[in-house]
Amino acid sequence: MKATVHVTLKPGVLDPQGQAIGHALSGLGFAGVTSVRMGKFLELDLAETDRAKAEAQVKAMCEKLLANTVIESYRVEIGS
Amino acid sequence: MRAAVVSFPGSNRERDIVMALERASGKKPVVVWHGEAEIPDCDLIVLPGGFSYGDYLRAGAMAAHSPAMKELKRKAAQGVPVLGVCNGFQILTEAGLLPGALMRNASLKFVCRQVHLRVEESQSLFTNAYEKGQVIRVPVAHADGNYTADPETLKHMEDRGLVAFRYVTADGRTDPATNPNGSIHAIAGIFNETKTVLGLMPHPEDATDPDAGGMDGFGMFKSLVDALH
Repeated sequence: MKATVHVTLKPGVLDPQGQAIGHALSGLGFAGVTSVRMGKFLELDLAETDRAKAEAQVKAMCEKLLANTVIESYRVEIGS
Repeated sequence: MRAAVVSFPGSNRERDIVMALERASGKKPVVVWHGEAEIPDCDLIVLPGGFSYGDYLRAGAMAAHSPAMKELKRKAAQGVPVLGVCNGFQILTEAGLLPGALMRNASLKFVCRQVHLRVEESQSLFTNAYEKGQVIRVPVAHADGNYTADPETLKHMEDRGLVAFRYVTADGRTDPATNPNGSIHAIAGIFNETKTVLGLMPHPEDATDPDAGGMDGFGMFKSLVDALH
């Protein structure tokens, strides 16, 4: 079973990388980009076949390692 | 004072800290590999600077879960003092031994230069050889030193005197222009609740030789030797 994890800085946490990307986009002529937030994307292949169990497993991984919940939030999606 | 220095794959300042500790205490510290489940009996445990696990995922994230860190947490809970410098500070926040987090420098650049620090608290194992308010000059070398914490945690640390060092001008004023990484409240180093754990981004160990970088960082090692004998 596949799982995908998006890790992003929490709202309100300054994201200088996102800001730099936003400036670069406006420099390239892409007008109207009011905000860019940069994050991480992880793809996991799991041996687990039960969706609920897989989701619980991946959430535990996020809490323990994949995200730093002091500054980051995460979103887990379980695929097929 | 017997010290143990934990080394990780990617640590690169362990020799600097070993030299500074030995110069201050006259005793050679033990270097413990991160995969060891035991840290020998000692008066101080040090996490050195470097780039453990190549800073993959987040600086310090992987190192925080190594076997030696389980043992470090156990000993820290018993009151054994712990010092984390640079990557060591990042590991301590990732391991939950210090509050807050260290993010990418606000400038997005690796910063390697001398900075001035104001000693905010002289009543500690780590800083008793300094005067409160004293300004010292030591180097920084990092890309992820931008300290942050939520407002309640910050207020608590400020109220309890748990901010150890702040980035300042040569005459001791905080100024956004002298803050090398964008840290909130210009924080360079913090204590835990019991002031037995200190984490800081600058490298006092690289200011312990009159011929290379000056002696301003030596006070930290002298403090530790005076407090821990």
